[in-house]
Amino acid sequence: MVALLFILPFILTFVVLGVWAERKVAGFIQDRYGPMEVGYYGIGQTIADLLKMLQKEDIVPSKADRSLFLIAPIVIFVAILAGYAVLPLSPSLIGSSVKVGIFYLLTIISLDVVGLLMAGWGSNNKYAILGAVRAVAQIISYEIPLTLSVLSVVMICQTLDLQEISYQQGILITNFPGVSTPQNYLFGIKALDINVTNVGGFLTWNIFRCPLLFVSFIIFFIASLAESNRAPFDLPEADSELIAGYHTEYSGFRWGLFMLGEYAMMLLVSFLAAILFLGSWNTPLPNIGSVRLADWTTGAPDTIAGNVIGFGWLVSKAFVLVFIQMVVRWTYPRLRVDQLMNLCWKFLTPIALGIVVLTAIWRLLMI
Amino acid sequence: MSQTTYISQIADVTKSLFVGIKLTLKHFFQATKQRKPLSIEHPEYFKQDTGLFTTLYPHEALPIPDHGRNRLHNEIDDCIVCDLCAKICPVDCIDIVPIKSAEEIGKTSDGSSKRLYAAKFDIDMAKCCYCGLCTTVCPTECLTMTNAFDYSEFDVRNMIYNFSDLSPAQALEKQEIYNEAQKLKAEAKAKKAATEVKAEPSAQPPIPSKPVFKPSIKAPVVQNNVTETGESKPQENDTRNEEAPKKIVFKPTIKSLLKPVDTELPNVDDVSEKIDSPKPKPVFKPVIKIPPAKKPDADLDSSTLN
Repeated sequence: MVALLFILPFILTFVVLGVWAERKVAGFIQDRYGPMEVGYYGIGQTIADLLKMLQKEDIVPSKADRSLFLIAPIVIFVAILAGYAVLPLSPSLIGSSVKVGIFYLLTIISLDVVGLLMAGWGSNNKYAILGAVRAVAQIISYEIPLTLSVLSVVMICQTLDLQEISYQQGILITNFPGVSTPQNYLFGIKALDINVTNVGGFLTWNIFRCPLLFVSFIIFFIASLAESNRAPFDLPEADSELIAGYHTEYSGFRWGLFMLGEYAMMLLVSFLAAILFLGSWNTPLPNIGSVRLADWTTGAPDTIAGNVIGFGWLVSKAFVLVFIQMVVRWTYPRLRVDQLMNLCWKFLTPIALGIVVLTAIWRLLMI
Repeated sequence: MSQTTYISQIADVTKSLFVGIKLTLKHFFQATKQRKPLSIEHPEYFKQDTGLFTTLYPHEALPIPDHGRNRLHNEIDDCIVCDLCAKICPVDCIDIVPIKSAEEIGKTSDGSSKRLYAAKFDIDMAKCCYCGLCTTVCPTECLTMTNAFDYSEFDVRNMIYNFSDLSPAQALEKQEIYNEAQKLKAEAKAKKAATEVKAEPSAQPPIPSKPVFKPSIKAPVVQNNVTETGESKPQENDTRNEEAPKKIVFKPTIKSLLKPVDTELPNVDDVSEKIDSPKPKPVFKPVIKIPPAKKPDADLDSSTLN
């Protein structure tokens, strides 16, 4: 409950600042200013936009399937928000510490597709249905490499619980009851006999515990862009072809929910990537001899300091990823449908499968 | 697809993706710099190729040359109300109503004498096509194009700039004064004519006037006027007689770019006809009651913005 009360306003704040940041990033990349009028460097621009949007009429086309049309945006946002339930936000703050955390998360996010299809179908508009069909095809295809790359992490960590995965990637590894192998070796190879359990920092992140996971991380990142319908995988929205894709017919608050959903999804996959690969809420600074950087930058679990510092690290990692998502959006051109499927089925999926096999072998080296 | 091409494909794509993102990130981090507000004439103007390129326009603007083809400005003190600009305007956006003055009003800064008041000198910038012809024909160079380019309005009627320095009341007053003077002159003329008639009973009043007309080449219009008004009001005829010499005075000031002895005179005639007609009011009724805001002074302020 605490997590929900915390994360909901956090998402809303993130969306407000995220939309502004996205416009600023776009502006700077294109040698423009971006919004400058509302507040300092235009920081209040999204609030002004939001106020305008909330005053707009909530139009339902007369030929639309009314009930589908009306609940579609809610389904999408609820599905994404539900995904936050199992995210560990700090050593002791998590919505629901279920044992099947990541499995639940991937499943509940897939409901997103239902919402998109409802929106596209319910709008009774050719652009909307085309956008929805594309969205479904794309999201279902990219779920495979996404899940495979998550699977490789799960195989390394031997758990589906995101909080346990988090604890394993830092100096607090022994604080979590029931960790199967409470020791971390450099690159996960026990034979090297360099115990980094108490060194912590980036050396115990999953991409260092098993360097193969770096490839997984790249695949996860690419697939997560496609999952959240972000450029260069924004075919479902493809402004230049489909007006706005599945949300062509929406206006006002419901359109805002789509926007909220998109940015919440961005943040969710960034959180997830940080948790799975980049050490979650653990500090990136290692202990070097008597300079106990990791100890100094990690608070004890169940203390306020521990929660604040942990959340700070997690959020900063996630924001770096969000920034990369934005830069990617304003750098690369949109893929064609065939290129999209080509990339997914001929490159990402086979590579992810290969990584799964290799991480299985790597896991054997870790114990 | 062989193994090598599959791998090299991935390598190629990775490489080009990195090149792309390096480029955009370079621009992102250069965004701390900003180009300086230099005029295009400045030698550095084309050398500023890093940093933010746009300017926050209403807050800052690049300087532009002093004389572009932008908003028109008329220095009414130097204007002799010759109507040339209105005639050459291809879109008829200049609207002038002159009022004659009995004697010379003053001199312009280049020494031409002013004999007409401008009861109305309106330029509709919404119609203007910015060809600049009016500024070329202007004999006293009082009509110029300034460097003010940002003057959009919510109401299109505000795009009409009135440069006249006379209020409608003042214009009416000038008109009265002129009419008065004309009447006096006409009376004097009539007296003189009467004495002539006494001397030569057979002669009719209009006849002596005709030779005066001849030199000016505006035959057709005059003919009309004569047939319309000639018999009923010899007085009117006389006023026209008064006009003729004045026109001759007027002519030399018009620098000879122009044909218009014939095009010009009839128009002045037309106007004078309107004015002479018993109800002068309709001429001043001008529909467009422009809010006083847009006087040329205000324009200058906004043009100093950069």
